[in-house]
Amino acid sequence: MNVTPGEIMVAQAAREIRDGERVFVGMRLPLIAFVVAKRTHAPNAVGLFELGIVRDEPSPELLYTMGDPPNVRGATWCARTVDLMGLLARGEVDVGFIGGAEVDRRGDLNTTAIGPDRAHPTVQLPGSGGGADIASLAKRLIVIMPHDKRRLRERVDFVTTPGHGPERGWRGRVGLRGGGPSVLITTLGVFRFVDGDAVLASYHPGASVERIRAETGWDLRVADDVRETEPPSHTVLTIVRGYDPQGFWTRRGE
Amino acid sequence: MTEGRNKVVTMAESVRRHVPDGARVALGCALEPAIPFAFAHELVRARRRDLRLVGPISDVAFDLLIGAGCVAEVDAAWVGNVSAGLAHCYRRAMEQGIPRGIVVRDHSNFSIGLSLLAAALGSPYIPTRSLLGTDLARANGTFREATSPFDGSKTLLIPAIEPDVTVLAVQRCDEDGNAQLWGPWGVSQEAALAAKQVIVVADELAEREVVRADPNRTIVPAFKVAAVVIQSGACHPSPLQDRYDRDHEFFHEYHRATRTVEGFDAWVREWVLDLPDRDAYLAKLGDRWEALCRREQVRPPGAQTEAKTRSSALRAQGPLPLEPLARVDPERGSE
Repeated sequence: MNVTPGEIMVAQAAREIRDGERVFVGMRLPLIAFVVAKRTHAPNAVGLFELGIVRDEPSPELLYTMGDPPNVRGATWCARTVDLMGLLARGEVDVGFIGGAEVDRRGDLNTTAIGPDRAHPTVQLPGSGGGADIASLAKRLIVIMPHDKRRLRERVDFVTTPGHGPERGWRGRVGLRGGGPSVLITTLGVFRFVDGDAVLASYHPGASVERIRAETGWDLRVADDVRETEPPSHTVLTIVRGYDPQGFWTRRGE
Repeated sequence: MTEGRNKVVTMAESVRRHVPDGARVALGCALEPAIPFAFAHELVRARRRDLRLVGPISDVAFDLLIGAGCVAEVDAAWVGNVSAGLAHCYRRAMEQGIPRGIVVRDHSNFSIGLSLLAAALGSPYIPTRSLLGTDLARANGTFREATSPFDGSKTLLIPAIEPDVTVLAVQRCDEDGNAQLWGPWGVSQEAALAAKQVIVVADELAEREVVRADPNRTIVPAFKVAAVVIQSGACHPSPLQDRYDRDHEFFHEYHRATRTVEGFDAWVREWVLDLPDRDAYLAKLGDRWEALCRREQVRPPGAQTEAKTRSSALRAQGPLPLEPLARVDPERGSE
């Protein structure tokens, strides 16, 4: 079976979780990244879910939403959204995951609306959910996006969730205390943020710097030591495919 | 023991008495689970208009109320279809004014929770350090930036939102309105405490002693509750912990069916307007409904009998286990 972009993204997202960290898990691919991290290098990571769940073991079965009953059984704490958000706001959450419809080279995300006028959008998107809070308040942020020139833009139309802002030092000046995006993982590659700017660190197996340049809406910066993204190991693929056997999240759009 | 009045009414009666056109209604406050879809369907059948919806994410409950033309305003963090993607009715309303234009005030899950918490606390606003510098904070239109008088730091003031009515779906409730919800609460408690009145939609009517044996599960005091509707299966296709699982495919079918206005109208006729009530809806689901209940009502491996588990938990003075307590039999009482 071919390795899918979803599987490569999950494997990379899992690597971003360190052992013992408190992780705001979120929806979709991060749900599986948390499972992979827990079962490989980060057995002591703790998962927080904004609707009010804390777990130290991942749900044993695939989740379609964080509120599915299997995510409650075996949880260590069921609480309120404001309790979980309060932990974030106090700086007690190490890392959070978010996705979006559009991202720019500063890591600002738009999940609200496409088009110049928010009241009359060209495309109405669902909105922040907890994404803007996670981006504001988590110590570190992992952004996961499909790679497409229309999605990776020089500037997004609307900043739903704050990245590093228009210039250096912006987060501190506006009063944000969380660290902002540390990594952007797309279907084609991995970007790290250097002085708040997205710099291509690796390209996935089958992609290339040139293809990524062609598919990116800003003037691509490439790390001196750019290399191929480490492919998922056999162990990781076994975990991912065991957890999501139908590929509901990891083979979407295949 | 002081006993309150019996507040049990039908779903239709609860809408008729407590939700006039233009009401500010909070629902779907536990986020993905325990969304009172049956109540949303009743609002559509009752042809309510100009509702002002409040909630964190709602899955597709807000989408269908928007598509049915019931909604004038939305205060929400997210309006979409959690496992399927965008919300087609919300898109049509915002992009094309179909079936009507709506006013949206963008929130995050934290800010909607803080708005409701402020109202629950009787405070005009709550400051936060979330959302500072974002377009979301500016576009909402009701937030204000302020400097903390205590430490000089920048904060965003989130004003209180007081719903006219908050609708809570719960596992069980006594006839006085003491409603017990378990699993994650999302912003349910804040929304209920913030509201002028609460409508409870309970999966089962509980004896008073069942509630009183376990008061930590009660989400608000009964005096906040104006009406109790006893309706099993009221949250489908969303899940209710220990009662029934989420019907993922139903959300995905709704997503496919509502891509066009005609498709949405046909969906609403089939699943809402042509059915008299939730019991008819569950009968129409048939085996599919039974399977969702079976999936969620299987006792986990190693579970002891209810009585044994409960008493040993009490002896240990530890937190009470969810699964067995959910099944305390009122006939047997609380030994």
